[in-house]
Amino acid sequence: MITKKKTPYLFLLPYLILFTVFIIIPTVMAVGLSFTNYNAVQTPAFVGLTNYINLLTQDTIFLQYVLPNTILFSLVVGPVGYMLAFFLAWSLSQLTKLPRTILALILYSPSMTMGVAMTVMWRVVFLGNQSGIANYVLTQLGVITEPIVWMLNTDYIMPIVIIVALWGSMGVGFLAMLAGLLDVNPELYEAAAIDGVKNRFQEVFYITIPSMKPQMLFGAVMSIVNAFQAGNIGVMLTGSNPTPQYAAQLMTNHIEDYGFTRYEMGYAAAVSVGLLGLIYAFSYVARKLFSEKE
Amino acid sequence: MAAIGGTRVNPKKFHKNQIPFYLYLVPIAIFMGMPIVYIINHAFKPMDELFAFPPRFFVQHPSLINFQNLFQAAGSSSIPFSRYVFNSLVVTVAVVVLSVLISTMAAFALSKMKFRFKNPIFEINNLALMFVATAVTIPRYLTISQIGILDTYWAHILPQVAMPVCLFLIKQFVDGVPNSLIEAAQLEGAGSWKIYYKIILPLIKPAIATGAILVFQNVWNNIETSNLFTTSEGVKTLAFYMNTLSTAGSVQGQGMAAAASLIMFIPNLLLFVVMQSSVMNTMAHSGLK
Repeated sequence: MITKKKTPYLFLLPYLILFTVFIIIPTVMAVGLSFTNYNAVQTPAFVGLTNYINLLTQDTIFLQYVLPNTILFSLVVGPVGYMLAFFLAWSLSQLTKLPRTILALILYSPSMTMGVAMTVMWRVVFLGNQSGIANYVLTQLGVITEPIVWMLNTDYIMPIVIIVALWGSMGVGFLAMLAGLLDVNPELYEAAAIDGVKNRFQEVFYITIPSMKPQMLFGAVMSIVNAFQAGNIGVMLTGSNPTPQYAAQLMTNHIEDYGFTRYEMGYAAAVSVGLLGLIYAFSYVARKLFSEKE
Repeated sequence: MAAIGGTRVNPKKFHKNQIPFYLYLVPIAIFMGMPIVYIINHAFKPMDELFAFPPRFFVQHPSLINFQNLFQAAGSSSIPFSRYVFNSLVVTVAVVVLSVLISTMAAFALSKMKFRFKNPIFEINNLALMFVATAVTIPRYLTISQIGILDTYWAHILPQVAMPVCLFLIKQFVDGVPNSLIEAAQLEGAGSWKIYYKIILPLIKPAIATGAILVFQNVWNNIETSNLFTTSEGVKTLAFYMNTLSTAGSVQGQGMAAAASLIMFIPNLLLFVVMQSSVMNTMAHSGLK
């Protein structure tokens, strides 16, 4: 241990400065702005809780579309994506090294291209005319006779956005869990087999998960953040914000809509604070589930 | 070795009981990998194949026409394609280098030094793992305009340098460096800086590689800093340009967008393939308590 007084702060200083300026201050400012009426030109005027009250009582778009969409989207992409990531990581851990590495790389690859390849690729798949791949395949199979205009049909936009989000959800958390799985002491499994653990299911629940709780938690936090961050998929696929009839409108889109289209920045800030609060609440639950401090 | 159902974690040899895993992992991997294979094919399709009916997955007569269009179309507007590439390279390299430097320094302090606010600082950083930049875009914009770096390279670089996940992963890895090594160096009279670059940095190479990859992916693919913090075309990045191509929706645009996204994707893939064993090594230390 190094115990000199000033050195630690010298080492921390560059990180702390940038961290404060670009992460802490904006977050604090968002909280501050959320109590004001601010149009980006005049000085912010203090309005108390009005923005929050409007958000929860007046904003029909938020209550009717954005909030339910966000909750549906994050419940599916968060927990389902997370369980899928764990299941795939666990399955991979049962394979030998070379095939495991190759398969893991393929599963991880969408998350390196999110946003980039996504727009090009998925727009062609879900093109609204006959030369769209999804339409073509479904027509060939006889499921549909007329091409579906995917990106304008409110029934399909949200499911498509969810599929695309899940496709890109095997990210850092997935890698962390895979590494955690491979790191579990093999003697534990032997001991468990002697103690009467009979099937894989029991093995996963009694040995694997308890011995890699820290990675499980890290993975959970990463999936939650991912789920809430993936807001721009709908906008990118449909090419408009708001998305057609708000079918895939999520909180991040709502923030951009109010902040950068309507310049109601105080109101947008209140939505931001709500979003950060939701993320924190989800992570709190994850922490309760996987924390080792009992 | 005890083995339930004939298989076990991280097996050394192939065994027939591993087959069931392949039965679903391979189809899933095909589904996950398909878009990327498609992008590669799409990028090399000549015009008539791009809009052929019925649509084809694989290219039949590969051509470089999309890449030529990409370079020429950009050349005819005021900003050449190479400018976007140059901007992206400058920004990405700067962020990766700065980020790794300051994260390793901070990680060293948080892991191997004793001082008063050590735990609170680490806890705050852990909280910031949940930070979603898009949620506070507006205040970020205001901060950046206050500092006076709007519309410069700095508007791309500075906001992205401090990355909580990067610090977190590196710090967990530094924890694994034995204290005895540091004590021995201290006995020989090495100062903190010397310990940092002679002992810590060489021992945490896997974590550095991982941090660098994560930062790289974030920055290289980022379109928000171009969208929001810059106004002149001359300082915008390749990711941004690619995005405008794909949303423009012109006939040529699609092939060009596919070509550009391939150009975007290749560095991501190469870096990860080269460094994947370092990444896995680091991730084993990624536990959050």
